[in-house]
Amino acid sequence: MNQTKSGGLMGWIDERFPATKMWNEHLAQYYAPKNFNFWYYFGSLALLVLVIQILSGIWLTMNYVPSGTEAFTSVEYIMRDVEWGWLIRYIHTTGASAFFVVVYLHMFRALMYGSYQKPRELLWIFGCLILVALMAEAFMGYMLPWGQMSYWGAQVIINLFAAVPVIGPELATWIRGDFIISEITLNRFFALHVVGVPLAIIFLVVAHILALHEVGSNNPDGVEIKKNKDKNGNPSDGIPFHPYYTVKDLFGVAVFLIFFSIVVFFIPDFFGLFIEPPNFEPANPLVTPDHIAPVWYFAPYYAILRAIPDTFGGVVAMGAAIVILFFLPWLDRGRVRSIRYRGLSFKIALAVFAIGFVLLTYLGTQPATGLNTLLSRVGTVIYFGYFIFLFVYTAFGLEQTKPVPERVTMK
Amino acid sequence: MNQDGADKSRRRFLTAATTVVGGVGAAFLAVPFLAYWRPSAKAQAAGAPVEVDISQLEVGQLINVKWRGSPVWVFKRTEQNIDDLPRLDNLLRDPDSAIDQQPEYARNKHRSIRPEIMVLIGICTHLGCSPLFHPDSRPQGMARDWHGGFFCPCHGSYFDLAGRVYTGVPAPTNLVVPPYHFIDDDTVLIGEDEGAA
Repeated sequence: MNQTKSGGLMGWIDERFPATKMWNEHLAQYYAPKNFNFWYYFGSLALLVLVIQILSGIWLTMNYVPSGTEAFTSVEYIMRDVEWGWLIRYIHTTGASAFFVVVYLHMFRALMYGSYQKPRELLWIFGCLILVALMAEAFMGYMLPWGQMSYWGAQVIINLFAAVPVIGPELATWIRGDFIISEITLNRFFALHVVGVPLAIIFLVVAHILALHEVGSNNPDGVEIKKNKDKNGNPSDGIPFHPYYTVKDLFGVAVFLIFFSIVVFFIPDFFGLFIEPPNFEPANPLVTPDHIAPVWYFAPYYAILRAIPDTFGGVVAMGAAIVILFFLPWLDRGRVRSIRYRGLSFKIALAVFAIGFVLLTYLGTQPATGLNTLLSRVGTVIYFGYFIFLFVYTAFGLEQTKPVPERVTMK
Repeated sequence: MNQDGADKSRRRFLTAATTVVGGVGAAFLAVPFLAYWRPSAKAQAAGAPVEVDISQLEVGQLINVKWRGSPVWVFKRTEQNIDDLPRLDNLLRDPDSAIDQQPEYARNKHRSIRPEIMVLIGICTHLGCSPLFHPDSRPQGMARDWHGGFFCPCHGSYFDLAGRVYTGVPAPTNLVVPPYHFIDDDTVLIGEDEGAA
């Protein structure tokens, strides 16, 4: 460790606040494995999108009015009369979808390389909590424009709580604060969307990063780099996060922003997926849109919900689809982390799981016709089947793994 | 830290007492924070029971009342309507109202307290559209036995004059009967069971 005291302004600050110490701990002397690949962009990108959302969100709040009569018109006002209002809003709507793109890919990376395995269980759990908070944040944010899809989407989702036995209807009324979705519901969702949930997300992100820096990053080989240290006590296969990965991530940021800008400027509604057409009409409690579809990032879970014929059973299945993620570190009993050295069945199972997830995403946005319902059931079985398979496969020693190298490889 | 001479049992007692008292206080404090989310007096007033005067209601007439933001239909059936109800049983999904879509006192053939007075929430049980009233005329595309009823234009669900759903349509259940009772011969109170406060 390089602990020489510096003079000047930094020295003065360091005696009063651990600025240099923190810089070193988390950037300049945080050693990350040298073999990070493409999949390792999405963590820092998620952080970038969080900043984009907070910044654009604060700006939107300056002109948005959370009231039943003015919410819709205030969004129109932002779009038409506020200087650059359209840009700020499109940044925010695109950012919401981008957040889920990045987070889903980030999680898939963890599945591939076993990043949830011991000793990173808590890191994974913080990540799952971020996902849950993010879903709540997105759901409540989607209600704020007070369009037809905002209204009826919220109606359908809040009515899910009414399916809980005994306390259900009372619970749904408590969440709404009214007997139907109304301005009262809009106001509390506004409060939670702009203050409550963002604070929780920021707190969880800090915990996620602290946990990461405590245990160290995993890598595409799943090798623990702390096992091999050089004469200075630093991991031989590690390189300081700054400048190596800050520069790498900056490149990723640039590429990401190119795609982000293309969507913001040319296809902000993304073919009706990021902003659904019925939401261009103001909320009307007396008329339901022909087809209520969730935004794409909720679609896989909505498809699972609809795959179960019983409403409450569907709610339980949907909840279980999220809850089961938390238990993944204990369901996977294997001790080889990376897909590179795991058994063939693992590779096939993960591929099938990914295809099933995409299938469910598609089906969740489509009407529930006979064939679609059947396919949703197949997708649901695949989703849960992956976790059951993984447990059986690893707990009973059925997995034939390849030898894991001592040191990381650079392929 | 030097803990020589510290009275540990006294410290434990103080810590435990503070925790218990603080915990009870936090539990009490949680009540207002949670109850704050319940429907306010204003929301409850908007959801209060509605009195409907039916003295002027003609036979075969339907009136539309707003209760809790939803349309509620009050309809006076003709003798013919009442006689027709049992004839449809084999075309209906739930002719005997087995599924809980009505208070107990409306779990009968006519799904109402009085056979001639129908009270229903006019919201389709499929996705919440408001069905259209077809007392005599046959809705377009309806090929089956029809003695009057309701037709939802959004996704084509049919209901009879007791709000019972036909088989083979998207709506899964009968229309909902709200809680209601008769204050006197000519007045219905919608939104409250008899004897409720």
